Amino acid sequence: MEFKTDTIATTNRIDNQHIAAMMRQVVYALLPAVLTLFWFFGWGIVSNLVLAVGFAVLLETLMLTLRKRPIIPFLSDYSAVVTGALLGLALPSASPWWLIFIAVFFAIVIAKHLYGGLGYNPFNPAMIGYAVVLVSFPVEMTRWLAPMELSLAVSNLGDTFSRVFSLSSIPAWDGVTMATPLDYVKTNLTQDISLTQSMHEGAQFGFVAGKAWEWVSLAYLAGGLWLLYQKVITWHIPVAFLLSLSVIASFFWLIDANTYASPLFHLLSGATMLGAFFIATDPISASTTPMGKLLYAAGIALFIYIIRIWGAYPDAVAFAVIIMNMAAPMIDHYTQPKIFGE
Amino acid sequence: MVKLHSIKGGVHPPFHKKMSTQTPIKTPALPDTFVIPVRQMSGDVDEFKVLIQVGDFVYKGQAMIACDRCTLHAPTSGTITAIEDRPVPHPSGMGSRCIILQPDRKDQWHKTLYTPYPDYKNLSIDALLMRVREAGVVGLGGAVFPTKIKLGAAAQAGLETLLINAAECEPYISSDDRLLQEQAAEVIVGIRILQHVLQPQQCVIGIEDNKPEAIAALQRALGTDANIQIAVIPTIYPSGDEKQLIKIVTGKKIPPNTYSVASGVLVQNIGTVHSIYDAVIKGRPLISRVVTVTGNGITTPQNFRALIGTPFSHLIKAAGGYTDKAQRLIMGGPMMGFQMPSDHVSVVKATNCILVTSKDQLAYSTELAMPCIRCGKCAEVCPVDLLPQQLYWYSKSENIERAEQHHLFNCIECGCCSYVCPSHIPLVQYYRHTKSTIREQRQQQANAEQARKRHDFRAFRKQREKEERAAMRAAHKRKVQQRTASNTDKKAAIQAAMARAKAKKAALAAQQTQASNKE
Repeated sequence: MEFKTDTIATTNRIDNQHIAAMMRQVVYALLPAVLTLFWFFGWGIVSNLVLAVGFAVLLETLMLTLRKRPIIPFLSDYSAVVTGALLGLALPSASPWWLIFIAVFFAIVIAKHLYGGLGYNPFNPAMIGYAVVLVSFPVEMTRWLAPMELSLAVSNLGDTFSRVFSLSSIPAWDGVTMATPLDYVKTNLTQDISLTQSMHEGAQFGFVAGKAWEWVSLAYLAGGLWLLYQKVITWHIPVAFLLSLSVIASFFWLIDANTYASPLFHLLSGATMLGAFFIATDPISASTTPMGKLLYAAGIALFIYIIRIWGAYPDAVAFAVIIMNMAAPMIDHYTQPKIFGE
Repeated sequence: MVKLHSIKGGVHPPFHKKMSTQTPIKTPALPDTFVIPVRQMSGDVDEFKVLIQVGDFVYKGQAMIACDRCTLHAPTSGTITAIEDRPVPHPSGMGSRCIILQPDRKDQWHKTLYTPYPDYKNLSIDALLMRVREAGVVGLGGAVFPTKIKLGAAAQAGLETLLINAAECEPYISSDDRLLQEQAAEVIVGIRILQHVLQPQQCVIGIEDNKPEAIAALQRALGTDANIQIAVIPTIYPSGDEKQLIKIVTGKKIPPNTYSVASGVLVQNIGTVHSIYDAVIKGRPLISRVVTVTGNGITTPQNFRALIGTPFSHLIKAAGGYTDKAQRLIMGGPMMGFQMPSDHVSVVKATNCILVTSKDQLAYSTELAMPCIRCGKCAEVCPVDLLPQQLYWYSKSENIERAEQHHLFNCIECGCCSYVCPSHIPLVQYYRHTKSTIREQRQQQANAEQARKRHDFRAFRKQREKEERAAMRAAHKRKVQQRTASNTDKKAAIQAAMARAKAKKAALAAQQTQASNKE
């Protein structure tokens, strides 16, 4: 009897989990944070997610068509959904639709497909999208909604809708937005208002960091720990990331607690937790050796701290990740592990 | 109790062993034709001596091919009808020289076979090496490395641990398991022969805990013998890889690119040990082996003691034939085996398993492979601590230098990486391809180097000849010149003499004239 042989696949797998399953798990792991954000900030996060994921899938389909790639297998790998969801979460709630579109466009079209699509992008697509709009539209990017309990919240769906699709750039944003804790502290420091004073007076502070934001960070942490448990990610990047940031922040905090915020503040502010578990762990653009992952994550933490304290931006996850993305191939080159018996 | 050590990496695929372990090893009827590939061992050989000719009658066990490392025998009595190229079960998929044997169905043993040594206690290392070579024993775990070479190296290096590999970690395969269940006593004698000759400090049998019957049979056969220990190891693929098993049982990590005997450990597969028993105690050459015929494409999966050269199709028929799920044919197991395009190939010494299965039990084809996302799951399971994701990247981009820098040649091709890859990339296939490309390139380089040397030598020779000719010519010319030069001298001398004679004559004449004038 004659048999067909698989042209190349003679290594015979029996059972497996698929790339799509990993991506879906990442989406599930984001759910606690989504719910927390919804709880504190209302419908703005839902509009962000719907638009970002929608645009991502749309642009992914377009690019796959243009590049003559099979659409169904690549769409159903959920990578575009993950990129969209991460952008939706990273951008300020109730961002205008065009801002989201530009961010997603740069993420999916430029950073991902023009570099060769899934697996070939040297930079984290979501962070490229984020960095582009952060640099290009600084005003919109600082319009963070204040937690509902502190403001005339954008709580209902209609209100959110009109904000997202309004073409006039000055709807009544005053009164609903508020500087993020990182921004507030930083601006005050330039005006010689000490950290302790800021945290004491600022309405946006909770127990150790921003009101609402500290809970969102904990929700990301919970989702991230679940990803670790599911073995979608390894411990290397989150542990090295958070540990390095804590060590650096502790060092300066111990020197001068009035100028430098506590490590706990840094861990639970801004995009630290999102970055540690969901952004820096993007395997395609990260370092891939065990030792390399540690250095890569430590580098991100270092840049985050430098930019947060001495840079022009209040938060820095996107820039730090992009910088370390550039360094990843070199890190991999110098951190090749010893092989068995060596 | 042997203290066990853990290994890094490895996977737990579905093992599917029960399928073929339920019935005893069966001996199938003789096939109509035997196709026996001439080359049935790994490693380099200078020359194969062909001891038979087309048309010859051979007895069962008669040596047909011999070299300084191994021997190949007739599996049954009959006539050699041809020696020609036929498809062989080899990953290259190319044909190879085969001996075609038409059995006479009398199955007569050769009259003067090797002398049995029932009392192996008198056996010397040289006698053992000789016997192992002439009986054609090779590693039956799959590598088919000549046992004589391995034992010889071990005897020279001195042995700390003799490790008997009964792990049989590859899914589906149960040939060693069944062999132990049925022939444990003979296997133990085989081990004692090795112990006697090699004098190791300790001797351990490594066996995975998913073979309780085989373990029990070993314990029964051992009785109170405390010189051989049984290490029941956890079931994990690839625990049966030589270096992994050594790590599990002794804790030693054999350095890359070295043989284990250099570190004082010799590993022998259980099937090989049984062939050594046959060769020494019974004087019987290796002409058969246990083959697992299994998979959901086989009606009654089971083990056979198959003569070398038996066509796959014959064994499959003996196992009740194909089911409607028979879509892929593999020699070996699903992790390291090779797909075969046809069952018209025959059992060789390396054939431990014939797996016939439906497509869905195996790898995905390349069309469905997604891009690598460098998730590193492959690196987590790699037992050799390689970075399969990087090797894949460099293999795919044909960056040979970087691939070698990432230790491509230390890949044992166990397939753990392909097994866990969430993008379903047939990783090992890429490594095999790149390895063969590199080997080809090296060969070409060597050839080119040889050609260059030849060309250089030719140019040198030409130059030398030219110079020699020039030198000769010059010498000749000098001689001629010298000769002409001396000739001129002579002429001058003659002329001078003549002139002197003339002058004398003239003077004489003048005197005479003067004298006559005076008169």
